[in-house]
Formats: sequence, structure tokens, C-alpha cells
Amino acid sequence: MIPSAFDYAAPATVAEALGVLADAGDDVKLLAGGQSLIPVMKLRLADPAMVVDLGRIGELSGVRDDGDALLIGAMTTHHEIVTDPLIAEHVPLLAMAAATVADPQVRHRGTFGGALVHADPAGDMPAPVLAADATFILAGLDGERRVAAADFFQGYFTTAVDDGEILTHIRVPKYTGWGARYEKFTRVAQQWSIVAVAAMVRVEGGTIAEARIGLTNMASTPLRATAVEQALVGAPLTREAIATASAHAGEGTDPASDLNGDAAYRRHLAEVLTKRAVIVAAGL
Amino acid sequence: MTIAEVGRPRLRKEDAHLITGRSRYTDNMTLPGMLHLAMVRSPFAHAKITSIDTSAAKSSPGVVAVLTGADVAAEQGSLPNVWPVTTEQKAPAFPSIAVDEVAFAGEVVACIVARSAAAARDAVELVDVSYDELPVVLDLEEAFTDKVLAHSNLDSNLSATWVFDSGEAGTGKPIAEALANAEVLIERTFYQQRLIPAFMEPRSIVVDPTSEQITMWSSTQIPHILRLILALTLGLPESKLRVIAPDVGGGFGGKLTVIPEEFITLMAARRVGKPCKYTETRSESLQSGHHGRAQVQKVKLAATKDGIVTGLDIQLLADMGAYLGIIGSGIPILGAFMYNAIYKFPAYRLECSNVFTNKAWTGAYRGAGRPEATFAIERLMDELAVDLGMDPLELRKKNWINHEEFPFTTVTGLEYDSGNYEAATAKALELFGYDELRAEQARRREANDPVQLGIGISTFTEMCGLAPSRVLGALSYAAGGWEHAQVRVLPTGNIEVVTGTSPHGQGHETAWSQLVADKLGVPFENVEVLHGDTQISQRGLDTYGSRSLAVGGMAVLAAADKVIEKAKVLAAHMMEASEEDIEFTDGKFSVKGTDQSTAFGEVAFAAFSAHNLPDGFEPNLDSDATFDPQSFSFPHGTHLAAMEVDTETGQVTIRKYVCVDDVGVVVNPLIVEGQVHGGLAQGIAQALYEEAVHDDAGTLVTGSFVDYLVPSAPDLPHFTTARTETPSTTNQLGAKGVGEAGTIASTPAIVNGVLDAVRHLGVKDIKMPCTPARVWAALEEAKTTGGVQ
Repeated sequence: MIPSAFDYAAPATVAEALGVLADAGDDVKLLAGGQSLIPVMKLRLADPAMVVDLGRIGELSGVRDDGDALLIGAMTTHHEIVTDPLIAEHVPLLAMAAATVADPQVRHRGTFGGALVHADPAGDMPAPVLAADATFILAGLDGERRVAAADFFQGYFTTAVDDGEILTHIRVPKYTGWGARYEKFTRVAQQWSIVAVAAMVRVEGGTIAEARIGLTNMASTPLRATAVEQALVGAPLTREAIATASAHAGEGTDPASDLNGDAAYRRHLAEVLTKRAVIVAAGL
Repeated sequence: MTIAEVGRPRLRKEDAHLITGRSRYTDNMTLPGMLHLAMVRSPFAHAKITSIDTSAAKSSPGVVAVLTGADVAAEQGSLPNVWPVTTEQKAPAFPSIAVDEVAFAGEVVACIVARSAAAARDAVELVDVSYDELPVVLDLEEAFTDKVLAHSNLDSNLSATWVFDSGEAGTGKPIAEALANAEVLIERTFYQQRLIPAFMEPRSIVVDPTSEQITMWSSTQIPHILRLILALTLGLPESKLRVIAPDVGGGFGGKLTVIPEEFITLMAARRVGKPCKYTETRSESLQSGHHGRAQVQKVKLAATKDGIVTGLDIQLLADMGAYLGIIGSGIPILGAFMYNAIYKFPAYRLECSNVFTNKAWTGAYRGAGRPEATFAIERLMDELAVDLGMDPLELRKKNWINHEEFPFTTVTGLEYDSGNYEAATAKALELFGYDELRAEQARRREANDPVQLGIGISTFTEMCGLAPSRVLGALSYAAGGWEHAQVRVLPTGNIEVVTGTSPHGQGHETAWSQLVADKLGVPFENVEVLHGDTQISQRGLDTYGSRSLAVGGMAVLAAADKVIEKAKVLAAHMMEASEEDIEFTDGKFSVKGTDQSTAFGEVAFAAFSAHNLPDGFEPNLDSDATFDPQSFSFPHGTHLAAMEVDTETGQVTIRKYVCVDDVGVVVNPLIVEGQVHGGLAQGIAQALYEEAVHDDAGTLVTGSFVDYLVPSAPDLPHFTTARTETPSTTNQLGAKGVGEAGTIASTPAIVNGVLDAVRHLGVKDIKMPCTPARVWAALEEAKTTGGVQ
């Protein structure tokens, strides 16, 4: 468990970090909380020539009110997401998902932005962020660029962040008053999701007025269960109606087969978990 | 009267230093000038080595030497197997560093010696090994057909076939008759998946060759056996080797072995003349440490329509992996005598075939043969109950040995010392609420509840206290099964206990202190237990097979008895009384019928000062004892599991787990409780979580804890544990053994419970581990076919 040798830089500001990145060439990795990168380097599955540690850039941490949205620093830890009062009030789905990440040690080191840029299909943060229609704010030498969540996740461990760019903040719209639930399915407590469903539901007058459903680990990227969302809109607040809508959860998915289950099982789980997530989110 | 130590839930002496980070694991050792080793391992499961180019590695910064199999071929010998189960047993040579051919992925092909661990690791990638790949055989049943050979220089994958037949042995009736006359015959095939011991501390070795006597520190369960094997294999004088097992972080049988890396580190240190350290990574540990279980059991149970079992026939395939480990060949044999479990079967036959595959070699893993046997019979008893429409507990009662029938000689010829299955079962039923849970199960079935409830039963026994030496001899095991202890009386009356057992988490320092404190009437705190160093503990056979208390603890008691006998002579002399009139209680020697007495400490000091000793009395009270048990001990228990199965997802949850264990007389209930909890976790892990999975090329897919799922505290329920206490009759304390009980008992309890929850839906069996995906697939299959086998 000894990584290959690498150069290391720990800039104090985003501007400085961008400069370091520009000089470092293309064999460089950004270090956020290190909960994925360090193990991968120790296993020598990655051996970057240079590691740029973002840990000293204070401006990248914290959650702020930004009008109709929350502005979350990329270096905000999972633990901070779980315990932040603004998130609890406006996007509790994020806290629910972050609470299922690994164990307390990892949640105190691992970061929101790091998990999103890592883009592990089985990671728990991408699907809620996608369901919430968040906007990713990327800093580059040429200035700032904004990318919608729908365009951010591009494939296995691949995002819209270009070489030389740094994810600085994630702008998450407020869903104040919506019901939420992150339904995660694992075999043991400390495990990546086999499948998980991120659900937010707005109930109005005994029916579901709006629904946003994100799926974890049902493809190489997080997915929106749009067919379920559409079927839920206007549906009565009954288990039967929710179950009927949730039967669409497997549509458009392309899950992997592995030791935890094959694609057919995952599609089935997506349906069951969607039903369960929406039932809780809708307050049934 | 002082409070008796035996039976007291003392906190462990060992824990303060362990939980405050003052531990001394092998990897904590740093010696002056120490070099570091890293291993180059084969990525292929079966291949010829055509060439190895070490030039780039040798010139890498910090590298001192690179050793290949060819470099050490003349000295390395072959790792031994000490348990030839038949005279015809075949075994391929097992070199520490492969020379011509590798037979599993992870086998060492070269070793780097460097000035730092990082330099050694960097150089691993610079060794250029060329291989010609050979066909691999991974599946046990396929290996048995010999279509593909695991070793190109063997003409068969079969290592040995071992048979026990009660008709031939004269311990019971012939099985053929029982099968032919069976009114009911249950036939099943059970798969014991390959497991990985997954101890917390990876294996680590430090060798110091810089003095006349070479010292090896190793994270091992067996320092004494290791020293002997190193000496015999490498041709070194045993007296020039000292082996130390310092703090050892778990073993579970995974360190009841000698490993190539121990030999390699020793050979490397001798070559370079400097201390060398090797510590494996977790992935190396999972990949190339020995694995456990890995058996296929084809079983037939014959019975009458009334539910009286008349015979049991077992066809066993046991996966040896690529090589025979030190005792890998004997593991299935340890189970062979226990398939009849707590029952009075009149006829029994077992035929075991030990088979090679291109996977890591197998060896002892907590329970070692007995979990496999217990699983098979406890699953079968449930299947028979279903077939006969009987309550599974009623069926067991009809067949088990009643408490008044002990000692009982079983169909395998073992004499069970004592037991009370009725008492343990009654207590378990009471704690469990059996009838209420059966009622709830009926309601859930009736309502077609998505969450179904099942009740799993396991009434187990096991064989502890390895072992009577003559029995081991009769089974062709190379060593004996005695244990040694020394009780040293210091001038102050403080005691040093030297034990030949080698604890690695069991708490011997605490328990042995309790034994001696009671015996000699000295305070618990004044007893120091020394172990795990061949220079301090000259004789010992180490720790495994739940033997330490029942064998090693008895040696401690016997040595303490000798101390008292010696001290009585001196006390009589000091008080000018006759030896026959001396009584020893509560740490005081007194003269019968008088108020004259002298304390143990005073006698100890008198022995030390030696000013006034009886003629011929040696000036110390130290005593040695070696205990060789006359028989095994047989703990038992009743385990009940209430299992919930979510039929929508296949997820299995343990709703309630009750176990009543009878491990004989208990020295420290807290330690026993801990052993039961840990044992249950590992047995449950086999039932629900763990499996070593390889891809088609023989690469271990579950090569990290991401994929090899070891359950942790959040995954396990609150355990309701209780005990009954039926003393063993085979040792003076009446103790049995508890190290493996939980593991042996729990696996069938869990699987029986899962099946009981879904059998009415058409599911007949589910392979272990019963993962959600497998449970769901079984339910789906049952829907379409009306049942799966």
C-alpha cells in the first residue's frame, strides 16, 4: 500500500491552484478529501506525477444562502452536508444521501465536490444532485464556467471538468417544503450502493404535484427516472398509484452486472426502491 | 474466603495496551539497519515461468538484492504437509518461491530486498517475468474429473481419498443396508463456499540474522511449530532459531500455517546478513494467505417414517487449492467425525476426496471441518422434518443423545464426555419465544406479507481440546497434542506462568492468571503470563482448535499443583510439622488441628533464601507440567434464529438470535461471551456475506474488503446469549472449549431460517452466501417453475 512517488503542491487560493495546474502538465490529480484518490494511488491503480492538494483553500468550504438556491463549496465535507441547517431546511435529500456515505471517518474527510468530480456510478452524491438540477461552477484560467447537472456526468468516473479546471461550488436550487428520501440498498452497512434512489416529491391537495427522481448505479452515470417523474405528476397519494408509477424506474437504464447482482436484478431493485422512496417522501 | 477467580468476568489484562496503541505487532518492530521486502507475484493462476529478468529491479535506487526461485532452489526445500491422510497421499512440491511453474495467482516468483519499503515496492514493477500460460482448473467438481490438471507434473488432481465406514470400523452398522432399507431418503448437495480468514492484522515477519541465534518475529498462531518446520525444511539447527509471536491481531486458523513469506524472509536475511522485514498488504493477504472451507458435500440421510435416522452417507470433495498446506489435507478429516453431531445414528460412511485446483491453498479456518459437517447435518435434519411434516425440534429430540446416556460412544467411535441437549434447548426456546414466533410466521404467510419470517435451528456439538496425542497419531498427524506450562514462583511470591499456548486475541493472560490465582491463593494482579517466544516458553504446541484452556490451561493447573506439593514439604519443615498434616487453603499453609500457619509468600521467600531447607530440597518452587488429554471435550448448544426475508428485494435480516451454549465450566464469562459473539459473526458471515470469488482466469475478484464483504457491528443483531454448564469429564476443571462454537453453530441456523421463511413459496435451497440477489433469484425461479433445487 505504498503509492508511486509524486510531486505535491498545496496552494492557498483558487487562483494559485489554477496556476499550479497550468504548469503541471496533464499527469496531475486534484486532492480533495482523498477518500477515493489516496486508496487508488496506494493500490497503484493511479500514479499521477503531481498531486495538487485543495485542502488549504478556505474559500472552497461551506454552505451559503444564495437566494433561490444554496451555494455549496466543493470542499465542504459530507459531515458538514449531513449537519448543515440550510441543507436540512432546503435540500434535506443531500443530507440524507451524505449520511449513507461510508462511515464517520470517511464523512469527516470526504468532500461533496470530490465525490461529484470522482463520479463513481455507485457513489451516493451524484444522483441527488442530478435530481435537484444543480449547477456546477468550474473555475479555469479563462474564468468561470457553469455546467448543468444533466451535462456534468459524462461516463464512468468522467465529468465535464476539463484539464486545468477546478470545481469550486455547486449551486443547488431550494426545494423548501418538498418531501425527500434517499433509499439505498446495500448488503452491508459500509458499502457503495448496489442501487439507490433519490426522491423529492411536492404534494399539493392530496396529489403529487411534482417529483424528481435520481437513480444511483443504474448506468455509468447517475440517471433521472423521467418516466417515473411524469407518471407521478398528478397521481393520487396512494401506495398503489406510486407503485404503478415506479414500475417505470428501469426504463432507459443500463446497469452493470457484478457480484452484487446482475442487470435484471438491479432494474427490479430500482422499481422497488423507487416505490419505497416515493412513499416515504410523499409522507405516506 | 477470597472471591473465586474462576467464573469471574474479569476485564482482560491484555486490553489496556492494545486499545491505547501501545501494541507490539510484528510490523511495529524496527531493528538497526533493517531492510524491507516486497514480493513479485504471479498474475496467472497456472503458467510456466520461461524467464525472469531482474536487472532493472537490481539497479533501482535502494535495492539491495532480488531473489528468484532459481536463486534459492538449492536451499528452499518444500513447504511441508504434516498430515498425510493416507499413505498414498500425493502432493506437489511447494517451494517458497516458484521455480518453473506457478499454480495459483498470487504465488511468489521473486522477492525484492531494499533499503525502504517504498523502494522495494517500486522495484516490484521492474521485474520482468515471462510466462507461458497453462490451462486452469478452478471448479472443484471439474477438477475431480481430471480434464484439466492443476499441476503439469501430476497425472491427477486427486491428492488422497480417505474413507470412514462405521461397518468396517466396527463402530456401527454398514451404510449400504441403511440406505437400501430406508423408508425415507433425503439426498442433497451442499456447497461450502471458499472463505478467507480475514484476520485484522495482516501477516508480518521480521528476521534478525545478526547474531549466532537467528530470531524471527512472526504474526503467527504457532511459534513453536514454526520453529520446528523452519529448522526441518531449511536444514538449520533448531537450537539456532528463536521464534517470537508478539502481539498477534487475530488468526482464526489463517495463522495456523507456515507461509512462503516466512521462509523467504529468513532466506533473504541470511543472504544479506541484515535484519529484514516483510509485511503483506491487505490485498496480498486476501489473495495469497490460505483460504478455508471450499467443499462440495453430496449427502444422503436414511430414516424411518417415524423420523428415526438410520444412516448417513457423505461424499465429500475438498478443495486443497494448488498445494497442500501444513494441515490442509486434514481439515475435512476433523469434520469427518462430527457429521453425526448430537445424534444416535446407527450407520455412517464418509468418503473424502482431497482435490487440487489452481487457487490459493486451503487450511484451517475457525471450526476447520466441523462447521462444514455441522452445516450438512443440521440442514439435513430440517429437510427431513419438512419431508415428514414434523416440527424440526421434535425430530431432533427423537434422534439426539439423552443426557443420561453420557458418556456416549458415537458411530464414529468418539466418546462424548458429557452434555445436556435437553437443558440447552429448553433454555433457548424460553429465551426465543418459539411458539409466538411460529404464530407470527403463520400470520405473515396467511397475509402474504412481503416480509416473511423463518425460524432456523441448529443444535450443534463440536470436538474441542486438540488433542489426545495417540488419537492424532492414529490419524497420521505428525505431532502430538499435549501442552506444556511452567509456574515460576518469584521470591516475593509473585508468579510467572509460562504457557505453550500462543494467544492472538483469546485472553490467555487473563484467564491463566485467574486459574493460578485461585489455585495458589495469590492476587490476580500478581500473576504474569508469558507466552509466544520459544526462548521463554521452550515447549508448546500453540493455539488452535479451541484447545488452549482444555489442554494448555490444564497444564497450568497441573504445574500449579506441583508447586503446592513442593511448597507443602517446605511449609511442613518451617512449621516443624509432618507433611501429611499440612493443608493449603486461600494462600496459606496450616497445620491440621492447630492455629499454626504460614503464607504462600513466606514459603516462597524461604525457598529463595534457602537458609533452612529440608535435606535434598532444591531451592525453588518452580514446576513444569505437560498435559496430554485422554479424550476430546464436546461442547454443544442450541441456536435459534428468527430470519426476515424481504421477498421484494431478497434482503435477509436477522430479527432475533438466541444461543444457549454449553462449554462446560467457564473461567471468564466475559471472554466466553466475546468468543461467542465473534464466532457468531463469522458463522453468519458464511451464511450471508462472505465468498472468495475468482474470475475464469483464476484471479481473485474479491481481492479487497470492497468486494470481500466482512460484516461489521451495524450488520449484526443484538445477540441473546446464555449458557448451561455441563462439566467436561476429561479434565480437572471441567472446561470444554468456546473458540469455534459460535462459528460452527450459526451458519446452519441462519440458512435454515432463511429457507424456513420462503420454502412455502417454492424455494428449496439457496447457495451460501444467501445474498439478496440469490434469494430474489430463487424466489423468481420458484414462481416460474414451482420450485428450484
